[in-house]
Amino acid sequence: MFDVYKIREDFPILDRIVNNTDLVYFDNAATSQTPIQVIDAISDYYKKFNSNIHRGLHSLSADATSQYEESRTKVRKHFGVSENHEIIFTSGTTHGINIVSSGLQSILTKDDEIIISAMEHHSNIVPWQMLCEKTGATMRVIPIKNDGTLDIDEYKSMLNPKVKFVFVNHVSNTLGTINPIELIIELAHKNNSQVLIDGAQGAAHLKINLNELNVDYYVASAHKLCGPTGVGFLYGKSELLNSLPAYQGGGEMISNVTFEKTEYADLPHKFEAGTPNIAGVIAFGVALDYMNSIGFDNIENHEKELLDYATENLKKIDGIKIYGDNNQKISVISFNIGNHHPSDIGSILDQFGIAVRTGQHCTQPIMDFYKIPGTVRASFSFYNTKSEIDLFIDALIKASKMLG
Amino acid sequence: MQTIQQIQNEIIDEFDFFEDWSEKYQYLIDLGKNLPNFDNNSRIDSNLIKGCQSKVWLNSSFKNNIVIFEADSDAIISKGIISLLIRVFSGHRPEDILEAKIDFIEKIGLNTHLSQTRANGLLAMIKQIKIYALAYQSKQ
Repeated sequence: MFDVYKIREDFPILDRIVNNTDLVYFDNAATSQTPIQVIDAISDYYKKFNSNIHRGLHSLSADATSQYEESRTKVRKHFGVSENHEIIFTSGTTHGINIVSSGLQSILTKDDEIIISAMEHHSNIVPWQMLCEKTGATMRVIPIKNDGTLDIDEYKSMLNPKVKFVFVNHVSNTLGTINPIELIIELAHKNNSQVLIDGAQGAAHLKINLNELNVDYYVASAHKLCGPTGVGFLYGKSELLNSLPAYQGGGEMISNVTFEKTEYADLPHKFEAGTPNIAGVIAFGVALDYMNSIGFDNIENHEKELLDYATENLKKIDGIKIYGDNNQKISVISFNIGNHHPSDIGSILDQFGIAVRTGQHCTQPIMDFYKIPGTVRASFSFYNTKSEIDLFIDALIKASKMLG
Repeated sequence: MQTIQQIQNEIIDEFDFFEDWSEKYQYLIDLGKNLPNFDNNSRIDSNLIKGCQSKVWLNSSFKNNIVIFEADSDAIISKGIISLLIRVFSGHRPEDILEAKIDFIEKIGLNTHLSQTRANGLLAMIKQIKIYALAYQSKQ
């Protein structure tokens, strides 16, 4: 039985008072809040298990190692992956992308092409631009349509034998659009191109089976899934991860070191140089347990209800313009009211204790497409309520009146 | 001619009348609306202040040992804030601008009503104003 008010009791921060009023947290696309179970896991680690993993013979190290590796199993199972070593722990989505883009420097050539989309986060644009600068490869961009979806016909026409890689996000962080990644992957594979999906937004809202999806690489961050910041993972098919050169040199990632030559360790350690964020990784596993205890079906249903309720009520506000108003979205709404600058709306909402994001959301190409300086973005999570949306709508109407 | 400190005190007195944040914001919004827009010739990138989420353009001129500031923004609350800064700083000698201690922002409670992003933007504006003053002073 899904009881949002019961769930909210797990999140201490939701009781906070901000600007003399109850906090309404609608910036979940930037980072989700952390339940007490995850906070306790971090604190327990430092109280009871703190030691370095994989190296120590002593019991403490053995305990920490087994918990760390247990987290890898949890991530593997949650995301429908068959092998533990195909899950590489990272510091987050951006780190995962950089492991792949850095590895491709020795694989891509100047005759190759790569494809990204016009609705990517800067972190899924800039590493590929840098890759193209270094290799001379050409970057092509799938355009977006006015309803905030990708132009798949255009994508089909861009695929040709030169295209080696396709990099697309699962869900747009700005518009909330869920991209048809099954189709994107299938078409790419028919073209012998590999695909990396940026799952920073998708993983938090949708149940995903990576083996069924048959994607080549998938990256995501723990902090969007009720986990801690500074942790994420890169999934890659074994043979592809094995073919990529190591990203960073250091301890843990080697099997034999002499001054003449170093042999690298097997997956996943090859890409996990140095002491990782052990507490964070363990807490990430606990966060997945937590979300699964609520159930992704319940999460999706509740968030859909919030999205529909908010969209319906937002549309009643004079002068509102919602960007990416389509029926394939997660609970993210980007909008503007009249000619009011998004930062003016955001500042006033903050005075009402309502946290939203304003600006370009690290997606300048989307802003250029719609010819706007930015948007106000409200993003809901499973612990948000309809009464919070009522407060939000009420505050928006007041803000709009104040701005005239 | 009022000194920079006298103008700041005057602003502090004005804000004393307001009972809550919404009245302060409404005042800033009204100030923003009353500050004339730049023409497109001055809304140029070289006049942009870096560090603001909204666009803020600042222009200055120097005549008879007096610095005149003009500014504009695409966001109305930012425009209200810069309108206060212009009232404080414009029409003074470079050395007075450089020596001025800015206390009105804290005293009118604006700092507690600005997000960190906004507060950084405000600091960037004051810094740019002082840089102009320094440039004119060294020209003399």
